[in-house]
Amino acid sequence: MSFVEYEDLIKDGDTAIVFLGHGSMFPVRVQAGGQTQTKYGVIRHSADLIGKRFGAKVTCSKGGWVYVLHPTPELWTVNLPHRTQILYSTDISLITMMLELKPGSVVCESGTGSGSLSHALLRTIAPTGHLYTVEFHQQRAEKAMEEFRAHKVDHLVTVRNQDVCKNGFGVTHAADAVFLDIPSPWEAVGHANAALRAEGGRLCSFSPCIEQVQRTCRALAEHGFTEVHTLEILLQAYNVRTVNLPVPDLGKGAAADAADAPSDAAADSGPPPPGVAQFKSGVPLREMVGHTGYLTFATKN
Amino acid sequence: MAGPAERPPPHRVRDGDFVVLRRQDVFKAVQVQRRKKVIFEKQWFYLDNVIGHSYGTTFEVSSGGSLLPKKKVEETSTETKEAGTDNRNIIDDGKSQKLTQDDIKALKDKGIKGEEIVQQLIENSTTFRDKTEFAQDKYIKKKKKKYEAIITVVKPSTRILSIMYYAREPGKINHLRYDTLAQMLTLGNIRAGNKMIVVETCAGLVLGAVMERMGGFGSIIQMYPGGGPVRAATACFGFPESFFNSLYEFPLSKVDSLLAGTFSSETLPSEPKDSVSVEESNGALDEKQTSLQEAEEESIAEVVVDSNDAEDQETMEVGTEDPEYKDSKDKTQEKQRKQEEQRKREIEASALLNEKNADGLIVASRFHPTPLLLSLLEFVAPSRPFVVYCQYKEPLLECYTKLREKGGVINLKVSETWLRSYQVLPDRSHPKLIMSGGGGYLLSGITVVTDNLKADGSTLESQKTEEPSSKKRRVQETQC
Repeated sequence: MSFVEYEDLIKDGDTAIVFLGHGSMFPVRVQAGGQTQTKYGVIRHSADLIGKRFGAKVTCSKGGWVYVLHPTPELWTVNLPHRTQILYSTDISLITMMLELKPGSVVCESGTGSGSLSHALLRTIAPTGHLYTVEFHQQRAEKAMEEFRAHKVDHLVTVRNQDVCKNGFGVTHAADAVFLDIPSPWEAVGHANAALRAEGGRLCSFSPCIEQVQRTCRALAEHGFTEVHTLEILLQAYNVRTVNLPVPDLGKGAAADAADAPSDAAADSGPPPPGVAQFKSGVPLREMVGHTGYLTFATKN
Repeated sequence: MAGPAERPPPHRVRDGDFVVLRRQDVFKAVQVQRRKKVIFEKQWFYLDNVIGHSYGTTFEVSSGGSLLPKKKVEETSTETKEAGTDNRNIIDDGKSQKLTQDDIKALKDKGIKGEEIVQQLIENSTTFRDKTEFAQDKYIKKKKKKYEAIITVVKPSTRILSIMYYAREPGKINHLRYDTLAQMLTLGNIRAGNKMIVVETCAGLVLGAVMERMGGFGSIIQMYPGGGPVRAATACFGFPESFFNSLYEFPLSKVDSLLAGTFSSETLPSEPKDSVSVEESNGALDEKQTSLQEAEEESIAEVVVDSNDAEDQETMEVGTEDPEYKDSKDKTQEKQRKQEEQRKREIEASALLNEKNADGLIVASRFHPTPLLLSLLEFVAPSRPFVVYCQYKEPLLECYTKLREKGGVINLKVSETWLRSYQVLPDRSHPKLIMSGGGGYLLSGITVVTDNLKADGSTLESQKTEEPSSKKRRVQETQC
């Protein structure tokens, strides 16, 4: 496997996603002789994983089963070990499109953090693009490079351990796009400007607080950026449910009751209990993510 | 693999380029042609002058319809100008502007620059000095928007074209908002090297977005309804020729025969393209849909690359000059050649589909998604993502249920995104007044290997696949 290319069969050294059901999953590094414990029992890598097809059902020792999935940046995002707060796929999607990323794009990013966005960027710009990512925390920078190597994308990325606000991205007039996820992005706008190609490019800054956005927007205007837009994207997920609502007893006879109310709604979804109207609904989750951050986009011409 | 190793095209506008014009937040896609009149935001002009300038250059419309590059104007610094603190003494008597409508029209007719008209309006506004600084700012902005016609020429991209279509022609793309399209590309793990199946009736916008993300690497099989795929929006991207080498198309009406193993190239039409669907139609409904689609195709072409008409007429006139019999003979030959080509591509596409190892499925159409999914997922390899768009939530709920019954998919999710934009100005930051009410819904999931117990009969299989779903439902309910 690789994060930038599909392969059919699982092999030694791969990262695979073990899917337990109900959206619960975790990543494994596949190793000959290795073992992984799940609530359904143990998975023996040599016998159960290596040589099997991605997407296969694997029976565990206690008789339960799991699916083993090919890694993607989206699955990685919900499974990776957190070293920082991370960006999730909803924001990542908008960032990728609004930065106009595609195969061959050269991108600068800071900070690398836990590498959630980095993996998505690498997927999009491969096989001919490059990611220059800057992380001032040495341990995080090293850990990120380790992961890129394990995921076979290290040829597409350069990790620099430096302070982007002081020292910039380490490249000049090379990038098609710059992404900032740091506490004081306004201090890095000048470096972003220098990193972008002379003929122009796109910038995005992610900030949780509106005060950060205001300072960033001012800095962007000062550096001649145009098309400055601030957006926020929210994900609403729905549970698909069959809902039964009791039909009130208004004193009608039992026969008329059954004939009246539930007939059209329940026509095709099996017989509902008497006195009940049934329908399918997309029910919002009781809680949803209300705010991740503001995304400020701008163009350098 | 024939990679598009060529360097990105030069950053200057060339004759024949597909470009997008931007005025404020309004976009319009056009093809650059010399001496071609373009109408945009109630103004007409020629694009001759934009040729040779770099993308992102700003132009001003001058009399006679020529565009002149505009240098960056230093914002007239609002030094220590006079301004009021509140509006307690500002009365709307309708007489604050001393210039009459006729005066303003006269100024415009004289061809006076927009900036100067704005300046005159300010000077002739008796209340301007009493307005607060913010109100003055707003006033100037509003007037500038109206009188200063500044047009920027930008390079087409999914970002720009999807924003443009959502604003100008949402009906043509089934109200697919651009952030929803962005989710689709990410959830579908669209990238270079994939073998993708795409079904869309979004004028070719979704196809173009997928093509951009794949950068010419890998292959795309577009499944089309009716007589042929609509690609009006795809054309606006201005993709290099090489991107089309690995773009295949296959008619949806032949999917069943392909899955049943009865597909053969001989079932291909020997009639002209347009009549295909009429021939195969079961009734008036199909015909109606086809004509609807054709009408759609036409109007899109008109909207997006309009004022091409003159060109078309010219070529038509040239055509009629030829002796009639020769003309029709040429046309028949041309038609046959095209049909042969189409037949060849269709066979290639069917072979690619028959491998049943596609890396993903993207659906965004006006059709009910359930039958599309149930059939087309057969062509997708295990452990691959799929994404279905629908303008309405209910069909996706049904599709979700049917997929769960059928099995072979996990991690099913129905979702929607909300997009909110902000005004960010010193002391005046807030969400914009208007936000979009709906950009459609998505159903996404991942394919897995289906239980190969077909020999044991379908009842056993369906029991087995239903088991986890009922288990899942129970758990979800207890969680809540």
